[in-house]
Amino acid sequence: MFGISFGRIAAVFVKELIQMRRDRLTFAMIIAIPIVQLVLFGYAINSDPKHLPTALNVQDNSVFARSLTAAMQNTGYFTITHIVKGEREGQDLLASGTVAFLLTVPPDFSRRLARGERPSLLMEADATDPAATANAMAAVSQLPATVFNNDLKGALTSLQATPPPFNVVVHRLYNPEGITSYNVVPGLIGVILTMTMVLITALAVTREVERGTMENLLAMPLQPFEVMVGKIAPYIVMGYIQVTVVLIAALLLFGVPMLGSWFDLSIALAIFIAANLSIGFTISTVAQNQLQAMQMTFFFFLPSILLSGFMFPFRGMPVWAQAIGEALPNTHFMRIVRGIMLKGAGLGELFGDIWPLLLFMLVVMGIALVRYRRTLD
Amino acid sequence: MNGELAIDVAGLTKKFGSRTVVKDFNIQVPKGQVWGFLGPNGSGKTTTIRMLCGLLLPDGGQGKCLGYDIRTQAAQIKRNVGYMTQRFSFYEDLSIRENLDFVARVYDMKGRKQAVDEAIAQLGLTKRQDQLAGELSGGWKQRLALAACILHRPQLLLLDEPTAGVDPQARRDFWEEIHTLAGQGLTVLVSTHYMDEAERCDRIVYLAYGTVLARGTVDEVIDNSDLFTWIVTGEEVRGLAQELHGKPGIDQVSVFGVTLHISGTDQAALERAIAPYRNRPGLTWTKSKPSLEDVFIHLMGPFREQVTG
Repeated sequence: MFGISFGRIAAVFVKELIQMRRDRLTFAMIIAIPIVQLVLFGYAINSDPKHLPTALNVQDNSVFARSLTAAMQNTGYFTITHIVKGEREGQDLLASGTVAFLLTVPPDFSRRLARGERPSLLMEADATDPAATANAMAAVSQLPATVFNNDLKGALTSLQATPPPFNVVVHRLYNPEGITSYNVVPGLIGVILTMTMVLITALAVTREVERGTMENLLAMPLQPFEVMVGKIAPYIVMGYIQVTVVLIAALLLFGVPMLGSWFDLSIALAIFIAANLSIGFTISTVAQNQLQAMQMTFFFFLPSILLSGFMFPFRGMPVWAQAIGEALPNTHFMRIVRGIMLKGAGLGELFGDIWPLLLFMLVVMGIALVRYRRTLD
Repeated sequence: MNGELAIDVAGLTKKFGSRTVVKDFNIQVPKGQVWGFLGPNGSGKTTTIRMLCGLLLPDGGQGKCLGYDIRTQAAQIKRNVGYMTQRFSFYEDLSIRENLDFVARVYDMKGRKQAVDEAIAQLGLTKRQDQLAGELSGGWKQRLALAACILHRPQLLLLDEPTAGVDPQARRDFWEEIHTLAGQGLTVLVSTHYMDEAERCDRIVYLAYGTVLARGTVDEVIDNSDLFTWIVTGEEVRGLAQELHGKPGIDQVSVFGVTLHISGTDQAALERAIAPYRNRPGLTWTKSKPSLEDVFIHLMGPFREQVTG
């Protein structure tokens, strides 16, 4: 066998670029799709997810704190998943998206409560997806009025009734005003890339089969890897063009903040785009014609939009649906892009979502290479 | 170069599902010769050519192409073979130059630009080099495809019905080119439906339904057939054809304008069958060798019903 030849990869790369340039309609679609979708999905669909992971930072281990956490769990909106030892640890959990809430009970809470000073609790919420946390926050603000009625006995009975004996101070982190488009617009980057990148590569290879040029391609000394890289590379460029369009719109039209680093974002984008392109390439090795390629693309695209946390809050879905969601690259990319843009998270903090993307990409590329036809059999 | 074989395969068999498309195919083509590959549609010509250039893996048999094993050394074969597909398979949305440039890159050619320039000049398309391949007429597409196939200077050219749908002048030019290339030592295997093209080949192989039915030079194929033919000339041959059709001893009757070819395998029976018509006025009867076409139609005879029935 011959080694991988850069010249042959370049041959395919240049050919694809020329074909891309000639195909005006597709090129126009690539630019138009993001704009249309941005306008369409400008408003999110609200939902009411429950059992949101919550971290507790209890610095005052009293009967009140225990009653409070029990009452929170009883609302159905919170599941205490982490007990943290300090503010820093809790913040990290929030930034990485592991928990949606961080409740801090200050050290002198029960003492001040008993004195009738009406102390405050701090509830910090990850508000990048406001729809996911809004109801939970509403529920927590109801708690003070009733939660301690059983505990306030004897001399403390006077503290029952209104006004409530303590306050809950709610901090919406990352998206303080709860602006939905802050959540939707970065998410759209993932949705748009999934749709166009998968479809375009799926079609690019299937088209060769349909037009009869595949026979010629196979008769030439091109190796599957060379064809794949040569075909995928131009579309990575195209993916970046799309992202640029979405980001400009995100910043100008919707005023979405960009707290993280552009460099981190572009690294994550490269991985995500390559993962989608390899899916497209794999589809093209299965599909007999462009119509089939299109159908298979949508088969992949629908869960990517519905189960990835773009359309509905991820934590609001049943466990089995979350499991499917975890297997989709868009789910992880959605967390990464929101993490970088809205929370200012870095790649290190987001590694938990980077490695599934990488793994996905490598596995799918492997499948594509194995499945790619070397003969016409 | 004499005696060396460009293609040497034996027992090649290919099945698609339960259907055997090529059965026990043998061929030994010496370098520098032009071999014609004939046979009806669906006879396995394309499948055989694809097996020779590594596009299909044979289910049985083995052999070598340019000294490389067709089963294990497809990559080497692909580097040294030019394969022209039946259907135009270059990029219609690329220009003439871009197509040739793509091919040159794929074969990692040194002096790519010069090679492409020369190929375009040779095609006589220097002025139209930026025209899209999809805008070319059938004849020009075929010339472009040939230029692209020989760009990397292959040692073996496999051409699958290269002249289908091309006008006579273009076909003639095409064959001139083929013979020029063969004169330079290139081996050519070309499949065709045209008898005049078959007659331009050094050897012909006649394939029907996956089996080789005849092979050799044109004369050998004709001489080896067990067919006897009478040629009748006259104004009224069309009516005569109607009358003779299906008579015992007559296998084929075909009209070529004012000429009629009557053929049969049993000489005595054939002569008995035509005897009553021999003295009709206005007709000239000549005993003749069958034409290549007569032989091919005859060879196909036993299979024809099998397929249409």
